[in-house]
Amino acid sequence: MNILVCIKQVPDIEKIKVDSAKKVMIMDGVPNIVNQFDTYALETAVRIKDADPATKVFVVTMGPAQTKDAMKSCLSVGADRAYMVTDDVMNDSDTLATSYVLSAAAKAIEAREGVTFDLILCGKQAADGDTGHVGPQLAEYLNYPQITSASEITVDGGKVSARRPTDEGAEVVAAVLPAVVTMSQTAYEPRYASVKTKMAANRAEIPVLTAADLSLDAAGVGLAGSPSKVIKTFVPERKKGGLKIQEETGELSAQKLTALLSDAGVI
Amino acid sequence: MSDYKNIWVLIDIQNGQAKTLELLTGGRKLADAVSEKLVAVVIGSGTDAAVKDAVANGADQILVVDGADYADYSTEGYTYALEQLAGKYKPAALLIGATISGRDLAPRLAARLKTGLAADCTDLEIDAGTGTIQWTRPAYGGNELAVIETPGARPQLGTVRPSAFKRGEPDTARTAEIIKEDIALPAGTIRTSIIERIAEVAEGIKLEDAEVVVSGGRGVGSTENFALLKELADLMGGAVGASRAAVDAGWISHVAQVGQTGKTVSPKLYIACGISGAIQHLAGMSGSDVVIAINRDPDAPIFEVADYGIVGNIKDVLPALTEAIKKLKA
Ligand SMILES: Cc1cc2nc3c(=O)[nH]c(=O)nc-3n(C[C@H](O)[C@H](O)[C@H](O)COP(=O)(O)OP(=O)(O)OC[C@H]3O[C@@H](n4cnc5c(N)ncnc54)[C@H](O)[C@@H]3O)c2cc1C
Ligand SMILES: Nc1ncnc2c1ncn2[C@@H]1O[C@H](COP(=O)(O)O)[C@@H](O)[C@H]1O
Repeated sequence: MNILVCIKQVPDIEKIKVDSAKKVMIMDGVPNIVNQFDTYALETAVRIKDADPATKVFVVTMGPAQTKDAMKSCLSVGADRAYMVTDDVMNDSDTLATSYVLSAAAKAIEAREGVTFDLILCGKQAADGDTGHVGPQLAEYLNYPQITSASEITVDGGKVSARRPTDEGAEVVAAVLPAVVTMSQTAYEPRYASVKTKMAANRAEIPVLTAADLSLDAAGVGLAGSPSKVIKTFVPERKKGGLKIQEETGELSAQKLTALLSDAGVI
Repeated sequence: MSDYKNIWVLIDIQNGQAKTLELLTGGRKLADAVSEKLVAVVIGSGTDAAVKDAVANGADQILVVDGADYADYSTEGYTYALEQLAGKYKPAALLIGATISGRDLAPRLAARLKTGLAADCTDLEIDAGTGTIQWTRPAYGGNELAVIETPGARPQLGTVRPSAFKRGEPDTARTAEIIKEDIALPAGTIRTSIIERIAEVAEGIKLEDAEVVVSGGRGVGSTENFALLKELADLMGGAVGASRAAVDAGWISHVAQVGQTGKTVSPKLYIACGISGAIQHLAGMSGSDVVIAINRDPDAPIFEVADYGIVGNIKDVLPALTEAIKKLKA
């Protein structure tokens, strides 16, 4: 079985600080990492390979040259082959344009490698935009069924079944392969790289595909191919941190809080 | 583009009940600004109650797709039905609840219709001249807000947090035009099937609907201590929520989880007990009106977003707080 995992490199949002005077995010020194949910997707793929060594795991990312680091990191934790899609014409693509590019990339990689992907895994959402659009939109471009937000999957008999949350609890849904599944957090943690796997990943050849390699329709990529436009971004007004109460005992603190809440009309 | 008219709201149905009725409040605002109709789209099997609710909550027109094919939500079935409706009626915009199924459906539909989509919106405005919607949404874990527009394509699509709007008082005397559409799915449209349903319905008030949420984190320490939170929540007519750490520890069901991978809540009062305030948690509760934090670490980041904080051990503070509020209410 062949699995393609879509990987996005994102800033580590835990390390973003906000300059509340200037009302901007401070991105200097914030490291880029593989989107957390994508690491769960990759680990899930590699576990399928562990159980069935005939499986091959491919990863792909669309992004600038520095996303090579993300690809190396994926190769060091079990991906067999990594592809980058890098081309300035793709700058400023929205999720629709990104999915279009990734669908073309999936086809191109299949042709180059002489494989067909049975399963395409994405993260549930990327930590920068938090949209969660690319998985379903990629599924639409490829005309595959989709399952979103899975926490556990099994592949059997030409189908993938996945456990996903619902507003009432959870459900297990099966989809006919080939399918796109987006992964939420799993019960297991992604594995770590070893010195040896890191060195091997450093030596690996990572092919770079351009728009020309994918025979894309230029009207469908970049700003021109993006119906969603970001008009502006701003740092929201943060509450300044309110009143902190620390009386001698918990009881006194609780009484003080209750009085304050009552005066303020909160309760 | 000028052929595209009216603001549509998709009404989510779960167990025969209409959800996401709040979105009609947001839709009303947009429709009035451009003097167009507010249309509720109801898809399901056995939709009469949901149609009534949509009328009472302000829709001018209801489009109903009722049939066995739609008894359960499926990405491909619902996308097909909405594609047909959008093709026939050409709406200017469609608002979909940012629920688990809404966020599964909307991107697929946007790709089918080759249009823009704004995810998980918290605020909406419309340009009365062009009819273009400004969708406001959080990004970077809530550190930033972005305003998105789809100026050159129609319909405009967005998933909207139900908590972004308050449901109006239902008016059962209202009437609306109800149009039934028969949309049969071509064979093989749905390539997924539901194999098992696992209900984990929390008792009492639903987290998303509660005006008071008492949430517990790792600092709560045990299943038994969660009873302290339950007692306070019951007293205030609220619901119990949790951080992921508490869910992972097995002290409470995952349906109670608040945050990026859990529910988004915006109650009048959010009481965070033994929760550090990780950005993924804040993503689910930063829309709360008033936040109270109880934490023994005075430097816990949760205090930065709290209106009131108590530095102390929840085992001492919580029972005392419940007691003090009980006295006040007496
Ligand atoms: C991709 C991803 C998605 C995530 N999604 C979510 C999500 O949806 N929701 C979510 O909540 N988290 C989510 N997380 C996890 C999040 O990053 C934090 O790990 C989690 O919120 C921490 O939970 P906590 O605050 O309960 O625990 P901790 O961070 O361990 O904090 C416990 C707090 O309790 C205090 N404390 C301890 N004992 C006491 C006591 N006796 N009395 C008072 N205070 C006490 C401590 O001082 C501390 O501040 C996600 C993480 C990732 C990577
Ligand atoms: N530029 C990209 N390259 C590869 N995969 C991507 C890219 N953008 C998004 N994805 C995938 O789609 C998922 C959802 O992303 P998003 O729709 O941006 O929230 C991510 O977790 C990735 O798996």
